[in-house]
Amino acid sequence: MDAIRCDGLTKTFGEVRALDGLTLTVPEGSIYGFLGPNGAGKTTTIRILTGLARASSGQARVDGVDLAQDGADLARRIGYLPEEPAFYGWMSPIEYLDYIGRIFDLDAEERRRRVSELLELVGLTDVSKRRIAGFSRGMRQRLGLAQALVNRPHVLFLDEPASALDPAGRREVLEMVEGLRGSVTVFMSTHILADVERVCDTIGIIARGRLITEAPRQELLSRYAVPAYEVETHPENAAALAAWAAALGDASWLQGVSLDGHRCRLQVADVERAGPLLMAALAQSGLPVVRYQVVRPSLEDIFLRLVNQE
Amino acid sequence: MFLVSLRKEFLEQWRSRRLLIVAVVFVLFGLSSPLLAKMMPEFFRLMPQGDQIAKLIPPPSLADAVGQYVKNLSQFGILLAILLAMGAVSQEKERGTAALILVKPMTRGAFLLGKFAAISLSFLIAVALAGLGAYYYTVLLFEAPPLGGWVALNLLLVLVCLVYVAITLCFSAIARSQVAAAAGGFGAMLILSLAGSLPAIGSRLPHELINWGSRLALGGSQASWTALAAALLLVVLPLGLGWLSFSRQEL
Repeated sequence: MDAIRCDGLTKTFGEVRALDGLTLTVPEGSIYGFLGPNGAGKTTTIRILTGLARASSGQARVDGVDLAQDGADLARRIGYLPEEPAFYGWMSPIEYLDYIGRIFDLDAEERRRRVSELLELVGLTDVSKRRIAGFSRGMRQRLGLAQALVNRPHVLFLDEPASALDPAGRREVLEMVEGLRGSVTVFMSTHILADVERVCDTIGIIARGRLITEAPRQELLSRYAVPAYEVETHPENAAALAAWAAALGDASWLQGVSLDGHRCRLQVADVERAGPLLMAALAQSGLPVVRYQVVRPSLEDIFLRLVNQE
Repeated sequence: MFLVSLRKEFLEQWRSRRLLIVAVVFVLFGLSSPLLAKMMPEFFRLMPQGDQIAKLIPPPSLADAVGQYVKNLSQFGILLAILLAMGAVSQEKERGTAALILVKPMTRGAFLLGKFAAISLSFLIAVALAGLGAYYYTVLLFEAPPLGGWVALNLLLVLVCLVYVAITLCFSAIARSQVAAAAGGFGAMLILSLAGSLPAIGSRLPHELINWGSRLALGGSQASWTALAAALLLVVLPLGLGWLSFSRQEL
Protein backbone atom coordinates (compact mmCIF):
# COMPACT_ATOMS: atom_id res chain seq x y z
CA MET A 1 0.00 0.00 0.00
CA ASP A 2 1.15 3.55 -0.68
CA ALA A 3 1.55 5.65 2.43
CA ILE A 4 0.59 8.84 0.61
CA ARG A 5 -1.20 9.31 -2.67
CA CYS A 6 -2.09 12.70 -4.14
CA ASP A 7 -4.03 13.08 -7.32
CA GLY A 8 -4.33 16.43 -9.07
CA LEU A 9 -4.03 18.47 -5.88
CA THR A 10 -4.46 22.20 -6.42
CA LYS A 11 -4.40 25.07 -3.97
CA THR A 12 -5.04 28.66 -4.88
CA PHE A 13 -4.63 31.76 -2.72
CA GLY A 14 -6.55 34.40 -4.66
CA GLU A 15 -4.74 34.69 -7.98
CA VAL A 16 -1.75 32.67 -6.82
CA ARG A 17 -1.70 28.97 -7.67
CA ALA A 18 0.45 27.42 -4.94
CA LEU A 19 -0.24 23.84 -6.06
CA ASP A 20 -1.03 23.10 -9.66
CA GLY A 21 -2.32 19.56 -10.05
CA LEU A 22 0.19 17.86 -7.79
CA THR A 23 0.23 14.10 -8.21
CA LEU A 24 2.60 11.98 -6.18
CA THR A 25 2.93 8.60 -4.57
CA VAL A 26 4.97 7.81 -1.48
CA PRO A 27 5.74 4.12 -0.92
CA GLU A 28 5.10 2.76 2.55
CA GLY A 29 8.21 2.63 4.74
CA SER A 30 10.24 5.00 2.59
CA ILE A 31 12.00 8.20 3.55
CA TYR A 32 10.68 10.47 0.85
CA GLY A 33 12.58 13.64 0.11
CA PHE A 34 10.24 16.32 -1.17
CA LEU A 35 12.65 18.64 -2.87
CA GLY A 36 11.98 22.05 -4.30
CA PRO A 37 13.15 25.64 -4.34
CA ASN A 38 11.64 28.16 -1.92
CA GLY A 39 8.02 28.91 -2.80
CA ALA A 40 7.59 25.73 -4.84
CA GLY A 41 4.62 24.53 -2.76
CA LYS A 42 6.30 22.16 -0.29
CA THR A 43 4.82 23.60 2.90
CA THR A 44 1.40 24.00 1.30
CA THR A 45 1.47 20.33 0.34
CA ILE A 46 2.36 19.28 3.89
CA ARG A 47 -0.31 21.55 5.40
CA ILE A 48 -2.92 19.93 3.16
CA LEU A 49 -1.71 16.39 3.83
CA THR A 50 -1.78 16.97 7.59
CA GLY A 51 -5.28 18.46 7.50
CA LEU A 52 -4.20 21.98 8.52
CA ALA A 53 -5.31 23.37 5.14
CA ARG A 54 -7.81 22.29 2.51
CA ALA A 55 -7.04 21.63 -1.13
CA SER A 56 -8.94 23.73 -3.67
CA SER A 57 -9.40 20.59 -5.75
CA GLY A 58 -7.98 17.11 -6.20
CA GLN A 59 -7.79 14.13 -3.89
CA ALA A 60 -5.33 12.80 -1.37
CA ARG A 61 -5.06 9.76 0.86
CA VAL A 62 -2.65 9.40 3.75
CA ASP A 63 -2.22 5.93 5.25
CA GLY A 64 -5.45 4.91 3.54
CA VAL A 65 -7.46 7.80 4.96
CA ASP A 66 -9.24 10.03 2.48
CA LEU A 67 -8.44 13.58 3.57
CA ALA A 68 -11.85 14.84 2.51
CA GLN A 69 -13.59 12.28 4.72
CA ASP A 70 -12.06 11.65 8.12
CA GLY A 71 -9.85 14.26 9.73
CA ALA A 72 -9.98 12.74 13.22
CA ASP A 73 -8.78 9.36 11.98
CA LEU A 74 -5.97 11.02 10.06
CA ALA A 75 -4.78 12.90 13.16
CA ARG A 76 -4.22 9.61 15.00
CA ARG A 77 -2.08 8.15 12.19
CA ILE A 78 0.32 10.98 11.48
CA GLY A 79 3.07 12.98 13.14
CA TYR A 80 3.99 16.51 12.09
CA LEU A 81 7.03 18.69 12.64
CA PRO A 82 6.86 22.19 11.15
CA GLU A 83 9.97 24.10 10.08
CA GLU A 84 10.08 26.10 13.31
CA PRO A 85 7.99 24.29 15.91
CA ALA A 86 6.41 26.55 18.54
CA PHE A 87 5.83 25.30 22.07
CA TYR A 88 4.40 26.63 25.31
CA GLY A 89 7.49 28.21 26.80
CA TRP A 90 6.25 27.80 30.37
CA MET A 91 6.16 24.02 30.03
CA SER A 92 9.06 21.60 30.40
CA PRO A 93 9.66 18.90 27.74
CA ILE A 94 8.19 16.28 30.11
CA GLU A 95 5.06 18.34 30.60
CA TYR A 96 4.68 19.06 26.90
CA LEU A 97 5.09 15.44 25.83
CA ASP A 98 2.76 14.34 28.64
CA TYR A 99 0.17 16.83 27.34
CA ILE A 100 0.51 15.39 23.83
CA GLY A 101 0.17 11.88 25.31
CA ARG A 102 -3.08 12.95 26.97
CA ILE A 103 -4.38 14.27 23.64
CA PHE A 104 -3.69 10.82 22.17
CA ASP A 105 -5.53 9.26 25.10
CA LEU A 106 -2.53 7.30 26.39
CA ASP A 107 -2.97 6.05 29.95
CA ALA A 108 -0.68 7.33 32.72
CA GLU A 109 1.74 4.39 32.62
CA GLU A 110 2.01 4.39 28.83
CA ARG A 111 2.53 8.17 28.85
CA ARG A 112 5.31 7.96 31.41
CA ARG A 113 7.08 5.21 29.45
CA ARG A 114 6.66 6.89 26.06
CA VAL A 115 7.79 10.31 27.29
CA SER A 116 10.90 8.79 28.82
CA GLU A 117 11.67 6.79 25.62
CA LEU A 118 11.29 9.83 23.40
CA LEU A 119 13.36 12.13 25.59
CA GLU A 120 16.10 9.52 25.45
CA LEU A 121 15.75 9.18 21.68
CA VAL A 122 16.13 12.92 21.04
CA GLY A 123 18.74 13.44 23.73
CA LEU A 124 16.76 15.77 25.98
CA THR A 125 16.67 13.64 29.13
CA ASP A 126 19.12 15.92 30.94
CA VAL A 127 17.01 19.01 30.32
CA SER A 128 13.64 17.33 30.63
CA LYS A 129 12.57 19.54 33.55
CA ARG A 130 13.85 22.83 32.19
CA ARG A 131 11.47 25.41 30.76
CA ILE A 132 11.21 25.15 26.96
CA ALA A 133 11.40 28.97 26.73
CA GLY A 134 15.17 28.77 27.28
CA PHE A 135 15.81 26.12 24.63
CA SER A 136 18.04 26.63 21.61
CA ARG A 137 16.72 26.12 18.09
CA GLY A 138 18.30 22.69 17.87
CA MET A 139 16.76 21.58 21.16
CA ARG A 140 13.36 22.81 20.01
CA GLN A 141 13.73 20.87 16.78
CA ARG A 142 14.58 17.71 18.72
CA LEU A 143 11.61 18.24 21.01
CA GLY A 144 9.53 18.83 17.89
CA LEU A 145 10.58 15.46 16.56
CA ALA A 146 9.72 13.82 19.89
CA GLN A 147 6.22 15.33 20.00
CA ALA A 148 5.62 14.14 16.44
CA LEU A 149 6.41 10.57 17.48
CA VAL A 150 4.32 10.31 20.68
CA ASN A 151 1.51 8.38 18.97
CA ARG A 152 3.86 6.07 17.02
CA PRO A 153 2.64 7.56 13.72
CA HIS A 154 2.43 5.57 10.51
CA VAL A 155 3.39 8.61 8.46
CA LEU A 156 5.67 11.37 9.69
CA PHE A 157 5.65 14.78 8.00
CA LEU A 158 8.79 16.85 8.44
CA ASP A 159 8.76 20.34 6.96
CA GLU A 160 12.31 21.53 6.40
CA PRO A 161 13.40 19.79 9.60
CA ALA A 162 17.03 20.90 9.46
CA SER A 163 17.01 24.05 7.35
CA ALA A 164 17.21 26.50 10.24
CA LEU A 165 19.90 24.62 12.14
CA ASP A 166 23.67 24.94 12.31
CA PRO A 167 25.73 22.06 10.82
CA ALA A 168 25.93 20.18 14.14
CA GLY A 169 22.19 20.53 14.75
CA ARG A 170 21.46 19.46 11.20
CA ARG A 171 23.56 16.35 11.56
CA GLU A 172 21.80 15.41 14.82
CA VAL A 173 18.32 15.81 13.37
CA LEU A 174 19.17 13.95 10.17
CA GLU A 175 20.70 11.11 12.14
CA MET A 176 17.46 10.84 14.12
CA VAL A 177 15.43 10.80 10.91
CA GLU A 178 17.72 8.13 9.52
CA GLY A 179 17.17 6.13 12.69
CA LEU A 180 13.46 6.00 11.91
CA ARG A 181 14.01 4.11 8.66
CA GLY A 182 11.77 1.08 8.46
CA SER A 183 9.57 1.96 11.41
CA VAL A 184 7.63 4.83 9.83
CA THR A 185 7.08 6.42 6.43
CA VAL A 186 8.81 9.81 6.43
CA PHE A 187 7.76 12.62 4.12
CA MET A 188 10.47 15.24 4.40
CA SER A 189 10.37 18.54 2.57
CA THR A 190 13.60 20.44 2.09
CA HIS A 191 15.49 22.67 -0.28
CA ILE A 192 18.82 21.36 0.99
CA LEU A 193 20.04 18.73 -1.44
CA ALA A 194 22.72 17.37 0.83
CA ASP A 195 20.05 16.44 3.39
CA VAL A 196 18.07 14.53 0.79
CA GLU A 197 21.13 12.75 -0.56
CA ARG A 198 22.03 11.76 2.95
CA VAL A 199 18.80 10.22 4.25
CA CYS A 200 16.14 9.87 1.55
CA ASP A 201 15.61 6.74 -0.49
CA THR A 202 12.89 8.18 -2.73
CA ILE A 203 12.84 11.67 -4.15
CA GLY A 204 10.13 13.89 -5.57
CA ILE A 205 11.06 17.23 -7.09
CA ILE A 206 8.49 20.00 -7.08
CA ALA A 207 8.62 23.36 -8.84
CA ARG A 208 5.85 25.94 -9.23
CA GLY A 209 3.32 23.65 -7.57
CA ARG A 210 3.88 20.71 -9.89
CA LEU A 211 5.83 17.50 -9.46
CA ILE A 212 8.60 17.41 -12.05
CA THR A 213 9.84 13.96 -11.30
CA GLU A 214 9.59 11.21 -8.70
CA ALA A 215 11.76 8.13 -8.37
CA PRO A 216 13.98 6.15 -6.01
CA ARG A 217 17.21 8.12 -5.45
CA GLN A 218 19.49 5.73 -7.33
CA GLU A 219 17.11 5.45 -10.25
CA LEU A 220 16.90 9.22 -10.45
CA LEU A 221 20.65 9.56 -10.44
CA SER A 222 21.09 6.98 -13.19
CA ARG A 223 18.15 8.27 -15.24
CA TYR A 224 19.70 11.70 -15.42
CA ALA A 225 23.28 10.44 -15.37
CA VAL A 226 24.64 12.72 -18.04
CA PRO A 227 28.40 12.47 -17.71
CA ALA A 228 30.52 15.56 -17.40
CA TYR A 229 34.14 16.70 -17.37
CA GLU A 230 35.33 19.01 -14.68
CA VAL A 231 38.19 21.35 -15.44
CA GLU A 232 39.88 23.41 -12.77
CA THR A 233 42.47 26.13 -13.21
CA HIS A 234 44.19 28.58 -10.85
CA PRO A 235 41.89 31.19 -9.27
CA GLU A 236 43.64 33.99 -11.13
CA ASN A 237 42.71 32.33 -14.43
CA ALA A 238 38.96 32.36 -13.72
CA ALA A 239 38.27 35.03 -16.36
CA ALA A 240 40.32 33.20 -18.99
CA LEU A 241 38.47 29.97 -18.17
CA ALA A 242 35.12 31.72 -18.59
CA ALA A 243 36.20 33.13 -21.95
CA TRP A 244 37.41 29.73 -23.08
CA ALA A 245 34.14 28.07 -22.01
CA ALA A 246 32.14 30.69 -23.85
CA ALA A 247 34.29 30.20 -26.97
CA LEU A 248 33.44 26.48 -27.01
CA GLY A 249 30.01 27.68 -28.09
CA ASP A 250 27.78 25.11 -29.72
CA ALA A 251 30.33 22.32 -30.10
CA SER A 252 28.44 19.20 -31.13
CA TRP A 253 29.97 17.07 -28.37
CA LEU A 254 28.96 19.55 -25.66
CA GLN A 255 25.57 19.53 -23.93
CA GLY A 256 26.01 22.23 -21.35
CA VAL A 257 28.55 24.32 -19.47
CA SER A 258 28.40 25.59 -15.92
CA LEU A 259 31.01 27.82 -14.33
CA ASP A 260 31.87 28.15 -10.66
CA GLY A 261 34.78 30.60 -10.37
CA HIS A 262 37.92 28.85 -11.53
CA ARG A 263 36.08 25.54 -12.01
CA CYS A 264 34.13 24.59 -15.08
CA ARG A 265 31.79 21.65 -15.61
CA LEU A 266 31.14 20.48 -19.15
CA GLN A 267 28.27 18.08 -19.72
CA VAL A 268 28.85 15.80 -22.66
CA ALA A 269 26.80 13.24 -24.54
CA ASP A 270 29.62 10.78 -25.12
CA VAL A 271 32.66 10.68 -22.84
CA GLU A 272 34.81 8.70 -25.30
CA ARG A 273 34.20 11.04 -28.17
CA ALA A 274 34.35 14.25 -26.17
CA GLY A 275 37.57 13.41 -24.30
CA PRO A 276 40.14 13.97 -27.08
CA LEU A 277 38.25 16.99 -28.43
CA LEU A 278 38.19 18.59 -25.01
CA MET A 279 41.88 17.91 -24.46
CA ALA A 280 42.68 19.50 -27.80
CA ALA A 281 40.60 22.55 -27.00
CA LEU A 282 42.32 22.92 -23.64
CA ALA A 283 45.77 22.53 -25.13
CA GLN A 284 44.98 25.15 -27.73
CA SER A 285 43.80 27.61 -25.06
CA GLY A 286 47.03 27.44 -23.09
CA LEU A 287 45.16 27.49 -19.80
CA PRO A 288 47.11 25.98 -16.88
CA VAL A 289 44.98 23.00 -15.81
CA VAL A 290 45.09 22.04 -12.14
CA ARG A 291 42.46 19.31 -12.33
CA TYR A 292 40.78 17.46 -15.16
CA GLN A 293 38.40 14.58 -14.52
CA VAL A 294 35.23 12.81 -15.57
CA VAL A 295 32.48 13.26 -12.98
CA ARG A 296 29.08 11.70 -12.38
CA PRO A 297 26.22 14.15 -11.88
CA SER A 298 25.18 14.95 -8.33
CA LEU A 299 21.61 15.31 -7.17
CA GLU A 300 22.24 19.04 -7.23
CA ASP A 301 23.01 18.91 -10.96
CA ILE A 302 19.83 16.96 -11.61
CA PHE A 303 17.76 19.23 -9.41
CA LEU A 304 19.04 22.42 -11.00
CA ARG A 305 18.65 21.02 -14.46
CA LEU A 306 15.06 19.90 -13.88
CA VAL A 307 14.00 23.05 -12.05
CA ASN A 308 15.59 25.28 -14.67
CA GLN A 309 13.89 23.32 -17.44
CA GLU A 310 10.57 24.04 -15.74
CA MET B 1 -10.65 15.97 25.12
CA PHE B 2 -12.27 18.98 26.81
CA LEU B 3 -10.77 17.96 30.17
CA VAL B 4 -7.30 17.60 28.62
CA SER B 5 -7.62 21.08 27.18
CA LEU B 6 -9.02 22.53 30.42
CA ARG B 7 -6.21 20.99 32.46
CA LYS B 8 -3.55 22.56 30.22
CA GLU B 9 -5.27 25.92 30.09
CA PHE B 10 -5.78 26.12 33.84
CA LEU B 11 -2.17 25.11 34.41
CA GLU B 12 -1.20 27.94 32.07
CA GLN B 13 -3.36 30.40 34.04
CA TRP B 14 -1.47 29.31 37.15
CA ARG B 15 2.07 29.19 35.73
CA SER B 16 1.78 32.44 33.80
CA ARG B 17 0.56 34.04 37.06
CA ARG B 18 -2.58 35.28 35.32
CA LEU B 19 -4.71 33.63 37.99
CA LEU B 20 -2.62 35.31 40.67
CA ILE B 21 -2.90 38.74 39.01
CA VAL B 22 -6.68 38.45 38.62
CA ALA B 23 -7.03 37.23 42.20
CA VAL B 24 -4.82 40.01 43.61
CA VAL B 25 -6.66 42.74 41.67
CA PHE B 26 -10.05 41.40 42.71
CA VAL B 27 -9.08 40.85 46.34
CA LEU B 28 -7.56 44.35 46.57
CA PHE B 29 -10.71 45.94 45.23
CA GLY B 30 -12.88 43.57 47.28
CA LEU B 31 -11.14 44.54 50.51
CA SER B 32 -10.85 48.22 49.73
CA SER B 33 -14.44 48.76 48.58
CA PRO B 34 -16.16 48.68 52.02
CA LEU B 35 -13.20 50.59 53.46
CA LEU B 36 -13.47 53.29 50.81
CA ALA B 37 -17.22 53.56 51.39
CA LYS B 38 -16.67 53.93 55.12
CA MET B 39 -13.82 56.44 54.81
CA MET B 40 -15.34 58.60 52.06
CA PRO B 41 -16.56 61.36 54.44
CA GLU B 42 -13.10 61.38 56.09
CA PHE B 43 -11.45 61.80 52.68
CA PHE B 44 -13.64 64.79 51.97
CA ARG B 45 -12.72 66.33 55.31
CA LEU B 46 -9.06 66.25 54.28
CA MET B 47 -9.84 68.56 51.34
CA PRO B 48 -9.98 72.37 51.68
CA GLN B 49 -13.49 73.27 52.90
CA GLY B 50 -14.08 69.52 52.94
CA ASP B 51 -15.95 69.73 56.22
CA GLN B 52 -18.87 71.43 54.54
CA ILE B 53 -18.97 68.85 51.73
CA ALA B 54 -18.75 66.01 54.26
CA LYS B 55 -21.73 67.40 56.14
CA LEU B 56 -23.80 67.22 52.95
CA ILE B 57 -22.99 63.54 52.45
CA PRO B 58 -25.30 61.14 54.26
CA PRO B 59 -23.53 58.76 56.66
CA PRO B 60 -22.10 55.77 54.78
CA SER B 61 -24.31 52.70 54.72
CA LEU B 62 -24.34 49.09 53.57
CA ALA B 63 -25.72 50.28 50.22
CA ASP B 64 -22.61 52.42 49.71
CA ALA B 65 -20.33 49.49 50.50
CA VAL B 66 -22.18 47.22 48.07
CA GLY B 67 -22.26 49.99 45.44
CA GLN B 68 -18.52 50.58 45.73
CA TYR B 69 -17.81 46.84 45.54
CA VAL B 70 -20.00 46.32 42.50
CA LYS B 71 -18.58 49.36 40.68
CA ASN B 72 -14.96 48.37 41.26
CA LEU B 73 -15.29 44.68 40.50
CA SER B 74 -17.43 45.10 37.41
CA GLN B 75 -15.16 47.75 35.87
CA PHE B 76 -11.91 45.95 36.51
CA GLY B 77 -13.50 42.55 35.93
CA ILE B 78 -14.59 43.48 32.42
CA LEU B 79 -11.18 44.99 31.68
CA LEU B 80 -9.42 41.83 32.88
CA ALA B 81 -11.86 39.63 30.97
CA ILE B 82 -10.91 41.34 27.71
CA LEU B 83 -7.18 41.34 28.51
CA LEU B 84 -7.17 37.65 29.44
CA ALA B 85 -9.17 36.46 26.45
CA MET B 86 -7.80 38.64 23.66
CA GLY B 87 -4.68 36.59 22.93
CA ALA B 88 -6.01 33.22 24.02
CA VAL B 89 -6.56 31.86 20.50
CA SER B 90 -5.14 34.53 18.18
CA GLN B 91 -1.73 34.44 19.83
CA GLU B 92 -1.57 30.66 19.53
CA LYS B 93 -2.43 30.94 15.84
CA GLU B 94 0.16 33.66 15.37
CA ARG B 95 2.94 31.77 17.16
CA GLY B 96 2.13 28.39 15.63
CA THR B 97 1.44 26.55 18.90
CA ALA B 98 -2.18 25.98 17.84
CA ALA B 99 -1.16 24.23 14.59
CA LEU B 100 1.08 21.81 16.47
CA ILE B 101 -1.78 20.86 18.81
CA LEU B 102 -4.68 20.93 16.37
CA VAL B 103 -2.94 18.64 13.90
CA LYS B 104 -3.47 16.04 16.62
CA PRO B 105 -6.85 14.65 17.71
CA MET B 106 -7.61 17.79 19.77
CA THR B 107 -10.88 19.19 18.37
CA ARG B 108 -11.15 22.91 17.83
CA GLY B 109 -14.29 22.98 19.97
CA ALA B 110 -12.47 21.40 22.93
CA PHE B 111 -9.51 23.75 22.36
CA LEU B 112 -11.75 26.83 22.49
CA LEU B 113 -14.01 25.60 25.28
CA GLY B 114 -11.01 24.63 27.42
CA LYS B 115 -9.78 28.22 27.22
CA PHE B 116 -13.17 29.64 28.11
CA ALA B 117 -13.60 27.24 31.03
CA ALA B 118 -10.11 27.94 32.41
CA ILE B 119 -10.59 31.72 32.30
CA SER B 120 -14.05 31.28 33.86
CA LEU B 121 -12.53 29.20 36.64
CA SER B 122 -9.93 31.91 37.28
CA PHE B 123 -12.68 34.52 37.58
CA LEU B 124 -14.72 32.27 39.88
CA ILE B 125 -11.76 31.76 42.21
CA ALA B 126 -10.76 35.44 42.16
CA VAL B 127 -14.31 36.70 42.74
CA ALA B 128 -14.84 34.10 45.48
CA LEU B 129 -11.75 35.39 47.31
CA ALA B 130 -12.73 39.02 46.75
CA GLY B 131 -16.29 38.27 47.86
CA LEU B 132 -15.09 36.61 51.06
CA GLY B 133 -12.79 39.51 51.92
CA ALA B 134 -15.36 42.15 51.07
CA TYR B 135 -18.06 40.33 53.04
CA TYR B 136 -15.80 40.21 56.12
CA TYR B 137 -14.98 43.94 55.95
CA THR B 138 -18.58 44.87 55.20
CA VAL B 139 -19.77 42.96 58.28
CA LEU B 140 -16.98 44.57 60.30
CA LEU B 141 -17.62 48.15 59.15
CA PHE B 142 -21.36 48.14 58.41
CA GLU B 143 -23.74 45.24 58.89
CA ALA B 144 -24.05 41.75 57.48
CA PRO B 145 -25.64 41.63 54.02
CA PRO B 146 -27.89 38.60 53.37
CA LEU B 147 -25.46 35.75 52.67
CA GLY B 148 -27.53 34.24 49.86
CA GLY B 149 -27.88 37.63 48.21
CA TRP B 150 -24.15 38.29 48.57
CA VAL B 151 -23.30 34.95 46.91
CA ALA B 152 -25.81 35.67 44.14
CA LEU B 153 -24.28 39.13 43.59
CA ASN B 154 -20.84 37.59 43.14
CA LEU B 155 -22.09 34.91 40.77
CA LEU B 156 -23.86 37.54 38.68
CA LEU B 157 -20.67 39.63 38.62
CA VAL B 158 -18.78 36.59 37.31
CA LEU B 159 -21.44 36.06 34.65
CA VAL B 160 -21.12 39.67 33.45
CA CYS B 161 -17.35 39.18 33.14
CA LEU B 162 -17.89 35.90 31.27
CA VAL B 163 -19.99 37.69 28.67
CA TYR B 164 -16.89 39.71 27.81
CA VAL B 165 -14.64 36.67 28.00
CA ALA B 166 -16.89 34.89 25.48
CA ILE B 167 -17.17 37.89 23.14
CA THR B 168 -13.41 38.57 23.19
CA LEU B 169 -12.63 34.86 22.75
CA CYS B 170 -14.91 34.86 19.73
CA PHE B 171 -12.94 37.73 18.18
CA SER B 172 -9.71 36.02 19.20
CA ALA B 173 -10.81 32.86 17.37
CA ILE B 174 -11.86 34.82 14.29
CA ALA B 175 -8.92 37.25 14.10
CA ARG B 176 -5.25 36.55 13.57
CA SER B 177 -3.98 39.21 15.95
CA GLN B 178 -4.77 39.87 19.57
CA VAL B 179 -5.05 43.60 18.87
CA ALA B 180 -8.04 42.89 16.63
CA ALA B 181 -9.52 40.63 19.32
CA ALA B 182 -9.07 43.34 21.95
CA ALA B 183 -10.68 45.90 19.64
CA GLY B 184 -13.65 43.55 19.30
CA GLY B 185 -13.90 43.14 23.07
CA PHE B 186 -13.68 46.86 23.79
CA GLY B 187 -16.11 47.59 20.95
CA ALA B 188 -18.61 45.17 22.50
CA MET B 189 -18.07 46.83 25.88
CA LEU B 190 -18.82 50.24 24.37
CA ILE B 191 -21.92 49.04 22.53
CA LEU B 192 -23.31 47.15 25.55
CA SER B 193 -22.62 50.11 27.86
CA LEU B 194 -24.34 52.55 25.49
CA ALA B 195 -27.27 50.19 24.92
CA GLY B 196 -27.46 49.58 28.66
CA SER B 197 -28.10 53.28 29.25
CA LEU B 198 -31.16 53.27 26.98
CA PRO B 199 -34.25 53.00 29.16
CA ALA B 200 -36.18 50.75 26.81
CA ILE B 201 -33.62 47.98 26.48
CA GLY B 202 -31.08 48.68 29.23
CA SER B 203 -32.93 46.56 31.77
CA ARG B 204 -32.80 43.57 29.41
CA LEU B 205 -29.04 43.58 28.89
CA PRO B 206 -26.27 41.85 30.90
CA HIS B 207 -25.23 45.01 32.78
CA GLU B 208 -28.62 44.93 34.52
CA LEU B 209 -27.34 41.81 36.31
CA ILE B 210 -25.11 44.12 38.36
CA ASN B 211 -28.17 46.06 39.56
CA TRP B 212 -30.01 42.81 40.25
CA GLY B 213 -27.05 41.51 42.24
CA SER B 214 -26.88 44.74 44.24
CA ARG B 215 -30.58 44.50 45.07
CA LEU B 216 -30.13 40.89 46.21
CA ALA B 217 -27.14 41.83 48.37
CA LEU B 218 -29.24 44.53 50.02
CA GLY B 219 -32.14 42.18 50.71
CA GLY B 220 -34.27 43.09 47.69
CA SER B 221 -35.93 40.51 45.49
CA GLN B 222 -36.85 42.11 42.17
CA ALA B 223 -35.43 39.77 39.54
CA SER B 224 -34.14 40.52 36.02
CA TRP B 225 -34.60 37.20 34.28
CA THR B 226 -34.49 38.74 30.81
CA ALA B 227 -31.06 40.20 31.55
CA LEU B 228 -29.93 36.79 32.80
CA ALA B 229 -31.18 35.12 29.62
CA ALA B 230 -29.47 37.83 27.52
CA ALA B 231 -26.20 37.28 29.38
CA LEU B 232 -26.34 33.52 28.89
CA LEU B 233 -27.15 34.04 25.22
CA LEU B 234 -24.21 36.44 24.91
CA VAL B 235 -21.95 33.75 26.31
CA VAL B 236 -23.23 30.87 24.19
CA LEU B 237 -23.67 32.76 20.92
CA PRO B 238 -20.14 34.24 20.63
CA LEU B 239 -18.61 30.91 21.65
CA GLY B 240 -20.65 29.17 18.95
CA LEU B 241 -19.72 31.78 16.36
CA GLY B 242 -16.07 31.65 17.36
CA TRP B 243 -16.09 27.86 17.09
CA LEU B 244 -17.77 27.98 13.67
CA SER B 245 -15.22 30.43 12.32
CA PHE B 246 -12.26 28.68 13.95
CA SER B 247 -13.34 25.27 12.59
CA ARG B 248 -13.22 26.59 9.04
CA GLN B 249 -9.86 28.28 9.35
CA GLU B 250 -6.65 26.94 7.86
CA LEU B 251 -3.73 27.04 10.24
